[in-house]
Amino acid sequence: MSALSPASEAPPTAPGPSGTAAVRPAPPSRRRRLRRGFAASWQLYLLAAPALIFFLVFNYVPMYGVQIAFKEFIATRGITGSPWTGLENFERFFSSFYFWRLLRNTLILSVYQLILFPLPIILALSLNELRSRIFKKFTQTLTYAPHFVSTVVVVGMLFAFLDPNTGLINHVLGLVGIDPIQFMQSPAWFRHLYVWSGVWQSLGWGTIIYLAALAGVNPELHQAAEVDGANRLQRIRHVNLPAIMPTVVILLILDFGSFMSVGFEKVLLMTNDLNAETADVIQTFVYETGLLQGQYSYAAAVGLFDSVINILLLITVNHLARRFSENSLW
Amino acid sequence: MTTTTEPRDRLAPDRLDGSRVIHKAVGSRDDTWFDRLNVVFVVLIVLVIGYPLWFVVIASISDPLAVQSGKVWLWPVEITTAGYERVFGHSAIWIGYRNSIVYTVVGVAVHLALVLPCAYALSRRHMVGRTLVTWYILFTMLFSGGIIPTYLLVRNLGMLDTMWAVILPGAVGAWSILVGRAFFTQTVPEELGEAAKVDGASDLQTFVRIALPLSLPIIVTLGLFHGVGLWNEYFKALIYLSDRDKFPLQLVLRELLIVSQDPSAGGGAGQGGDAGSIVEQVRLAGLIKYAVMILASLPLLIIYPFLQRFFTQGVLIGSVKG
Repeated sequence: MSALSPASEAPPTAPGPSGTAAVRPAPPSRRRRLRRGFAASWQLYLLAAPALIFFLVFNYVPMYGVQIAFKEFIATRGITGSPWTGLENFERFFSSFYFWRLLRNTLILSVYQLILFPLPIILALSLNELRSRIFKKFTQTLTYAPHFVSTVVVVGMLFAFLDPNTGLINHVLGLVGIDPIQFMQSPAWFRHLYVWSGVWQSLGWGTIIYLAALAGVNPELHQAAEVDGANRLQRIRHVNLPAIMPTVVILLILDFGSFMSVGFEKVLLMTNDLNAETADVIQTFVYETGLLQGQYSYAAAVGLFDSVINILLLITVNHLARRFSENSLW
Repeated sequence: MTTTTEPRDRLAPDRLDGSRVIHKAVGSRDDTWFDRLNVVFVVLIVLVIGYPLWFVVIASISDPLAVQSGKVWLWPVEITTAGYERVFGHSAIWIGYRNSIVYTVVGVAVHLALVLPCAYALSRRHMVGRTLVTWYILFTMLFSGGIIPTYLLVRNLGMLDTMWAVILPGAVGAWSILVGRAFFTQTVPEELGEAAKVDGASDLQTFVRIALPLSLPIIVTLGLFHGVGLWNEYFKALIYLSDRDKFPLQLVLRELLIVSQDPSAGGGAGQGGDAGSIVEQVRLAGLIKYAVMILASLPLLIIYPFLQRFFTQGVLIGSVKG
């Protein structure tokens, strides 16, 4: 709160009450103006205070607590009192035999998910072309539904449908003479199941933003294209697609923002001893070593590694987007 | 159906072309084909997304033996409510249900009480230091301490094994604040606030008397998003709660649907011998499974089509850059 002097803070005061218009533009006057500005908006700070305190406690205190990644956590001494160990925890992680496996699994899962990001775009473009309003509305409502089904139920459905003895899928495979497959226990199937059940759940919901962007396309553009002899596909390609491009870029950047965190709550539900070879990701490892085995410092270091990579990715992608497409988060 | 319409359809474009040649000289034949293919594509998507949901519904009211032997696939077979009856007799589920309702209601109330005033304050241009405060909030989107420091914090606050561990961490999020701010910027324009000020109203009064009465749409939108999140949440409960009487529904479901499937627990299949009890066990597990999925998902699936407008709005406001 003491660092409120930066020049960026001056503009908001400028359009304040006209009475404060200073006679002298000298620094002391600016400071006084700032103080008067605060006096004028203390009630707003009162309104914002509970939420701001919440962010402090539940977001910033844990950020400060990240220092245990560089320490040897001793419960009796607390986070700040524990002795520093430097990069020991990180070195241990990087040189462990499972490091590459965790990194590879996390990256493959993320990339797999990422390359499927055009699917909602395709569905949105297609829905946008439907002539029947009722059919469109019905499709939207139905395809949004899985978004509201909880992760636990979705994974429960996977277990139920894919059960080797009683599951629907293996019954169907049995009809064409294929022996039952142990889908949920198979390292080879894990990634496909994880990613495609995610597509099932989020495909429809993902179209909302694109449909809104498409609704904003000027119909005159379509008429002009039609006069020029463009067919439907050409119009989609040259009118609709460019219209939603900015939205696509922003959402893509945001996807990168959560790149390394994969939906690990779902991974955790799907993991077992048999498919761990492909299902072990960095975040589930953090959960297991930290919360189940109590190696807080080590797990925090692994988690920190994960989020640092994440931030670097986000910054890089945002930078590239700004450079090549004029759309970026900041 | 295809066989009867096929020949007529093949004629139709020609007739159309003939009669409307002036209006649509180009592309109408392509258009018809495009529309057909497009409808086929969308129907396929509808089937692929809808079928698993439909299957859970019919499996929940069919005879479990018929379900497990693969006889149920399009319509329910030998309709029975035994699954639901069994669930009604399972007390853990009802405790979970009650807990989930309490956590969701209290959680949403806390969420709104924190988000609305803050979002309103940040929507006022005359708030000094607004940019800085906004960055203070936005930064939490970029970086977080992670699971371990958060867990230690919750433990230090003495919230382990209380409902607050599920409700308070994550009760406010940058996203909700931004959505709320965008709403207030639009609904209560700065000029309106200034006018109220001229009439002697303070910022607090303006918020309570002018902004709040106008905020029903945003209350519903934010409440729904947060509520859905809380209802479907299992992970926080998993790491913070150990008392079974405090388990929310999702955690009970996790045990029923997933932990029971753990291969290391020894799936009672291959053993052909001591039939009776094992068969009955498997039967009950299968019986209860689908009914439980329905009961857990039903509240949201019934509510959302009616409130779809608010959900869509939330997604859209949220996507507008802060």
